[in-house]
Amino acid sequence: MSSPLDLAQAHPRPAFTVTLDGREIEALPGQTVAAALWAAGVTSWRTTRAMGRPRGVFCGIGVCFDCLVTVNDRPGQRACLVPVQPGDAIRTQEGTGHDD
Amino acid sequence: MTDRPHLAVIGAGPAGLAATVAAAAHGVRVTLLDSAAQAGGQFYRRPAAELRAHRPQALHHDWRTWERLRDGLDTHVKAGTARHLTDHHIWFVERHPGRFTVHALLGPEQEDPVAVHADAVLLATGGYEKVLPFPGWTLPGVVTAGGAQAMLKGTLAVSGRIAVVAGTGPLLLPVATGLAAAGVEVAALVESADPKAFVRRTLALAAQPGKLAEGARYAAQLARHRVRTLARHTVVEGHGTERLEAVTVAALDGAGHIRPGTGRRIPCDTLAVGHGMLPHTDLAETLGCRLDAMDVHVDDEQRTDVSGVWAAGETTGIGGSALALAEGHIAGRSAAARLRGRAPDPREWAAAARTRTRLREFAAALDSVYAPPAHWTEQVTDDTVVCRCEEVTAGAVREAVAELGAGDVRTAKLLTRAGMGWCQGRMCAPAVAGLAGCELTPSRRPFARPVPLGVLAHEHTHPTERGSS
Repeated sequence: MSSPLDLAQAHPRPAFTVTLDGREIEALPGQTVAAALWAAGVTSWRTTRAMGRPRGVFCGIGVCFDCLVTVNDRPGQRACLVPVQPGDAIRTQEGTGHDD
Repeated sequence: MTDRPHLAVIGAGPAGLAATVAAAAHGVRVTLLDSAAQAGGQFYRRPAAELRAHRPQALHHDWRTWERLRDGLDTHVKAGTARHLTDHHIWFVERHPGRFTVHALLGPEQEDPVAVHADAVLLATGGYEKVLPFPGWTLPGVVTAGGAQAMLKGTLAVSGRIAVVAGTGPLLLPVATGLAAAGVEVAALVESADPKAFVRRTLALAAQPGKLAEGARYAAQLARHRVRTLARHTVVEGHGTERLEAVTVAALDGAGHIRPGTGRRIPCDTLAVGHGMLPHTDLAETLGCRLDAMDVHVDDEQRTDVSGVWAAGETTGIGGSALALAEGHIAGRSAAARLRGRAPDPREWAAAARTRTRLREFAAALDSVYAPPAHWTEQVTDDTVVCRCEEVTAGAVREAVAELGAGDVRTAKLLTRAGMGWCQGRMCAPAVAGLAGCELTPSRRPFARPVPLGVLAHEHTHPTERGSS
């Protein structure tokens, strides 16, 4: 089966490790946080303020703010815009991310 | 080069790139500002450099046009007649007598401010997608069609293994073929437009041989990947609890109602959905530029009605990348001439003007063909969240309309908070307008994106980056 990386003949440098809620996942240099999470099979990393519902990427271009996530203790980062860095501690953002 | 007049071009998509190259080649100094790390905009979005993609063109068509734009920009950057400021998120353009200040926030974090001064500005801010709600549209796995495309082109990522592509508009074709080429099983392409409408507009559409060939190419690709197209169908519901597991699609009758008994369930983990595009007009609106309906009004030279402000591409009306290129070229030539104190001769851009006329007619014809189901609001149950940020339901909006007399998007917002959240109503305004039974009108947003309070508090002390006139 082909993958987007195969299709574009991408040969990124070796993967590095980041964590999502403490669980280790692999990420590639050049990915955004959202891309790394999608590649790890994760599609939601926020729960909404009022209803506590899961959310992830919606618009993919930084307009909708649905993909907000906490990275290295900074809440409210747009996962679709922020490049993933080695060692990032990514956490599911509950509500505004400022409550805990 | 500092004696040259200085033009700030905002947006590095097709329109902004064409404008930059045209203006820099005709005697002005250009600063091209864009929010992304690389030029290209949404249409020519490419994988991040670190992904080291050797064949990015596999995700694109018309790559040669991109190479021409890229080489043109490179040439002018090397010559010192243009510079390209990446990761600049513009939140406000300030007008002074005879000059402008462009205010930006830097980097993906968007916390550090910078100001760029220019003699004139050219707005090439592009557009974003319109998505109408339906039950289940907030489930993870439901993404905008353009979002699926952006994640694929920019980060080589897909959100699942089985996708349905749905809604209406020409964007659905490259999204479906792109996902299929990237190894995603595209279970269906669900288009609400009626094929008969295309037949009725045959003359207008057939006048565009290039576009016909493009359509035929997509049709062949869909066939090769065995993607079935369900025309005059719509998604009526997304199913799942923590993420999308399936969608129900149904057929539409000639009046745009759901045909009873036609619903069928399609298992999928991804739904890429879109109902057309809307122009980004915030910067133009705060500059005081006249808007026609949702679009920035421009004259034959692509000038807005505010002196010193030009506009090109989707912000002046949705029409696609080829139209954006023609408009950008004309805008750049006009701005260069006017900034150097002479009236331009339109014969200098006669070819681009002909292309512009032809493609605007084509866009109008497409616009009359691609349409969401006429009665889409009938599928939106009262408990469907309409405003994704503030979690305002359709029921709440309907109550504001029926019982509190809200007759427009703004009143509905004040009564329900729909449109008051992070995205400032960009996602929900079309839905709220539909539920309120009113026309969608441009929202007034003093700032084009969220600005940290600290930035506003220290506005008078902002760094002005060096070298700007």
